[in-house]
Amino acid sequence: MSQDKSFTLDGKTVPYQEGQTIIQAAMAAGHYIPHLCFNPEFKPHGSCKLCTVKANGRQTASCTQQAQPGMVVESDINELNDERRVLLQMLFVEGNHFCPSCEKSGNCQLQATAYELDMMSPHFDQFFPDRPVDASHAEYLLDFNRCILCSLCVRASRDVDGKNVFALSGRGIKSHLIVNAKSGHLADTDFSGSDKAAHVCPVGVILKKRVGFSVPIGQRTFDAQPISATPHPKVKGA
Amino acid sequence: MNAPAKPKLKVATTSLAGCFGCHMSFLDIDERILELMKLVEFDRSPITDIKHCGPCDIGIIEGGLCNAENVHVLREFRANCKILIAMGACAVNGGLPAQRNHLSLPLILEEVYHAQHGLVDGFIPNDPELPLPLDKVHPIHEVVKVDYFIPGCPPSGDAIWKVLTDLLAGREPELGHGLIHYD
Repeated sequence: MSQDKSFTLDGKTVPYQEGQTIIQAAMAAGHYIPHLCFNPEFKPHGSCKLCTVKANGRQTASCTQQAQPGMVVESDINELNDERRVLLQMLFVEGNHFCPSCEKSGNCQLQATAYELDMMSPHFDQFFPDRPVDASHAEYLLDFNRCILCSLCVRASRDVDGKNVFALSGRGIKSHLIVNAKSGHLADTDFSGSDKAAHVCPVGVILKKRVGFSVPIGQRTFDAQPISATPHPKVKGA
Repeated sequence: MNAPAKPKLKVATTSLAGCFGCHMSFLDIDERILELMKLVEFDRSPITDIKHCGPCDIGIIEGGLCNAENVHVLREFRANCKILIAMGACAVNGGLPAQRNHLSLPLILEEVYHAQHGLVDGFIPNDPELPLPLDKVHPIHEVVKVDYFIPGCPPSGDAIWKVLTDLLAGREPELGHGLIHYD
């Protein structure tokens, strides 16, 4: 029976364990499916849709779709990569992603995924939203300009730290990250640098102060190798 | 009998709301510029100092749009160039100059020319020769059609070389890992 527990991903056989989603099994087997809001350490959120694949011909988010025996999954195909690139372009124009001045540049999943999918331009008109930075906390700053609403900090603070420091507020285009304090400021929460939430941001929103540019641009994680060749450290077999 | 020499392609370049860093990076192709000169000749460019762009095969734009003159120059390039390339972060997404976009223009002018500490009798320049600033800084694809983009602040000489040589060879330009950079 155990031989039945496999599906194909772009023609390659991928084994899975009962209850695993497509992306969990694919990552464990060393395959890359583009993703942003998924992190193997957390319950899937299914919001960014970057990880959308075709399973038996139908599009579905691979972070929430459980693997099924004999499933035929397509991921690295033009149809999906074109759509993923458009999702990325919308994320880029919706915020202010000025990579040259961002401490996360080179370690940023959004940027590295855009490199991976050959995003050469933002294509759409820039929103240039006004999103003030929260530098109230002694050790950490929040640069909301770069938030992609992946909710990883929300999940980490709630599910791991038990603090509920972050939340997503508003709906649709007005969705935004908020801080759970009357003042709205990070300094007025019990957030601390030892929180899981301090270390899960895939982009450059939650940043430790006074360590900027200790590694020069050009010598960072995804400068050395593409994100598709950089397995998540917490994935078995990585 | 020798075949007639292949006519050189015409290339024009300019810097709009940029810092000329991308042009400096262009010069980082080093001695490969000699190879390039066998294939192309430059029309309007800081290299030639020609002031207006004539009919060209390739136009390369550094910088975004921060004033009315930028828009005029960009339109002149688009009208004259068969292929238009956005070179560098500012042309691609507004870059550094666009960091003023969350502030109001009157406030910025007031702060820079009038209110700032140490300015004696400061006033906002109003010479009619000066191009009027735009309310917001825009990347160039928001105003004209752009055919190719080379992101980076600046893109490396190798990235610029790759796009140009791909185009000159009739290939679709492709950067790939190591050459595609937003920083």
